[in-house]
Formats: sequence, structure tokens, C-alpha cells
Amino acid sequence: MNKTDALIIGAGPTGLFTAHQLKLIGLNCEIVDNLDKIGGQCIELYPDKPIYDIPAVPECTGEELTKNLINQLKPFDIKFHLSERVEEVKKENENWIVKTSNGKIFSTPNIVIAGGVGSFEPRKFSPKGCEKFENKSLFYMVKDKAIFDEKIVTIFGGGDSALDWAVELSKNSKVNLVHRREEFRGAQSTVDKVHELVKVGKINLYTKFQMVSVNGSKSIENIEIKHDNNEIKNIKTDYVLGFFGLIMQLGPIANWGLNINKKTIEVDTEKFETNQKGIYAVGDICSYPGKLKLILSGFHEGALAARACFKLARPNEKYRFEFTTTSSNLLKRLGKKE
Amino acid sequence: MTKISYITHDNKTFTVDVDNGLTVMEGAVQNNIPGIDADCGGGMACATCHVYVKEDWLNKLPKKEEGEEDMLDMAFEPKTNSRLSCQLIVSDEIDGIIVNIPSKQA
Repeated sequence: MNKTDALIIGAGPTGLFTAHQLKLIGLNCEIVDNLDKIGGQCIELYPDKPIYDIPAVPECTGEELTKNLINQLKPFDIKFHLSERVEEVKKENENWIVKTSNGKIFSTPNIVIAGGVGSFEPRKFSPKGCEKFENKSLFYMVKDKAIFDEKIVTIFGGGDSALDWAVELSKNSKVNLVHRREEFRGAQSTVDKVHELVKVGKINLYTKFQMVSVNGSKSIENIEIKHDNNEIKNIKTDYVLGFFGLIMQLGPIANWGLNINKKTIEVDTEKFETNQKGIYAVGDICSYPGKLKLILSGFHEGALAARACFKLARPNEKYRFEFTTTSSNLLKRLGKKE
Repeated sequence: MTKISYITHDNKTFTVDVDNGLTVMEGAVQNNIPGIDADCGGGMACATCHVYVKEDWLNKLPKKEEGEEDMLDMAFEPKTNSRLSCQLIVSDEIDGIIVNIPSKQA
């Protein structure tokens, strides 16, 4: 069991700055995130897009913002638990007991939900019957590419994941690549490579096609795809891979007894506490009158929630407000003073 | 004010007046019309405000910017008349527009 003063759910900008604030005021904290990397939506949805409304930062990309926030956490020792989703939360005496998808257990008086719009999950195929084969002969990610050797693999999608895997798997498998339009959105060099492989017959390309059905008893035997002009093709395949990017889902948080309205969690504006004592929500996931879904609002909300955490984590101590410019306590924590 | 009709996948029609300058997505969200999630809040980063635009209106809309088609690759059951409603600015030109909402967004 991991004991911590505060557990932060979500390693996006708000979660990261909340961690900074917690550590600065002398609390410890750990961060859980379902993605395999730090940065949340900034890194997953718009790493290259410039942001222009971070105070005192005229322009930076999602990736740069994330890097800077990680840099700002350098003086502190913070444990990240990536590729893990928080599954269960229950109260035990004064503490919350939190279980993750990997079976890790945390005990903490404070949970700060900085979950954005929820955890990222792969987007799935829409035709019915696809679930039946999921993780058997239909996948949304590749864990062991060896299973595809000498088999027929049909890949759906038009981005980098679809193209990279089409190129890679064409070495040892028969690859069909299916995409809903003629243009691809992957890196140009990979797009060129795919077209080369199509020319020499290593990849069969079906553009303007989408999945209609998957057929088979135990494993997939063939699939039907439909062209924009309604022509239907039946293709034999052993495996199907779908790469349609990620979608955000609130997931298990919805079942924690919090007041949820339109996928956001209601909080007060003093502590950013939910209707459950010791559970806070900050950033895009929280709602209150006048809420703005801006990164800067998340920073403010995290700073206040951190102070609220202090009360529950150190019930016998008094929190005293201090400035980083002058406080020797804070400067020590920041590693600026012996 | 511009009239917009949203038709849900189970054929319920919601007709509302939306202020010019807002987006078709905001018109839906502000009027509690079900089926438009708009997870990213209008940043063209998530494809969960996907709608099908009735043919007559398709040509009256602003052309897709770079990036919208890429996001539509990830939408649920995209068709040739698919648009992201966060990219459709409401104006007199599109008064009376009808959009169909897919059965789900993801």
C-alpha cells in the first residue's frame, strides 16, 4: 500500500501544477495517469499546436508547455504511475483507499481529480460483432507483432499508427490497408513508403472504404468493407487492427458518488472540493458558476485545492501563506537554499 | 438569430435559435441538445461534435479547414456530408440549416 498526502489523477498541465503546489507547501503526492506519457491532452491531442493564452508565455506548443511544467517539478521527488487507470475509490476511516487497473493501492486523505475530460481510450470499430473478437483477432494496439507473421492482417486508419504498422507488418505478413478517404494524415515519408509498398504489391490499399462487418466463428475469417459508392467487398483476413486515435471517457470516476453534470464534476470555489470530503476536482473536469476551460484556470484551481489538502493531511499543523521570493522554507524545498 | 434544427439518431427534432457568431456545436451544447459531446471544447481536437449536414446546406457552409478532415477520420461513422459542428459558424447564410446527429460520438 502506498501512503501519500495527496493522490493526483491526471498528469496534464493542471495535475502537474497541482503537484508543484502540493510539494511547495510541504506535502507529498503521487500522480496516476492512464496515458503512457506525461502531459494529458496537451501531449496527446495538440503537442505541435501553439497555445497563446498562458500568462507570461506569449506562445508555446502543448509539448513545450508540458516540458516546462516537468522542469518546474525538478526540485521535487514525485512518483508517476503511468499507463494506469484509477478504478475504485472507497473510504476507510479518515482515508480514501484507491485501487488502480494494475492493482496498486493507495491510501490518502486527499484525492485531486485533474482528469480533463476523462481517460484516453482507443476509439473502436462501430459495426456490431467487433467486440466478440476484441483482443483475440481484432486489436486497437499491437503488443506482440510476432503473432501476425505469415498471416493476413487488415489495418484500418489513416494516421501515423496505421501507416507505421502497415509498413512494419508488410515485412512478414500480407497487409491490407483500409482508409475512408484517399489522403493520409501521417508523416509524408511514411505515406510515400506505403505508396511504394502498394506499388510492389506488399500492401493492398483500399481507400474510400469503411468496415461494415466482421465474420468468423472463433476468430475472424473475413470482413466486409463498403466503398463510398456503396460497393461492398469481402476480404479474407486473419487479423484486424484499428487505429482511429483516442477518445476521452470519464470511466470509473462516474461511479464514485460525485455530483456529475455533463461529464464535469461540481465543486465549490474555495477548495475545489466535490460533494465528497477530501476529493477535489480541478481543471477541465470541474464545473462551477463561471468556469472557463482554460489551462490558466486549472493552475489557479490546483493551487487552492492544494491548500485544502494541507488541512486534511496535517490536521495538527497550521498552514501559513508564504511567497517563494522570500520564504526560506519554500526556498529550501525548491533546492535554492541549504 | 439563426434557426438551426438538430435531428437526433432516434429522429427527435430540436429547433432552436442560435446567436450569429456562435458555432453549431455551441448552439447544441447551450440548448442541452443530446448527442453532441464536444469533449475538447471546440478546439478541433476530438471529433465528438460530429454532425451530418443535409445536402442543401453543405455548399453554403465555410469550407473545411486543414485538420477538420483529419479529425473526421476519427469520428464515428463519417460520411461524405460529415462536418465537425465546432467549425460551423452560425450566420444568416445558414438560417434554417438541418443537421443530423450520429447515434454516438465515439
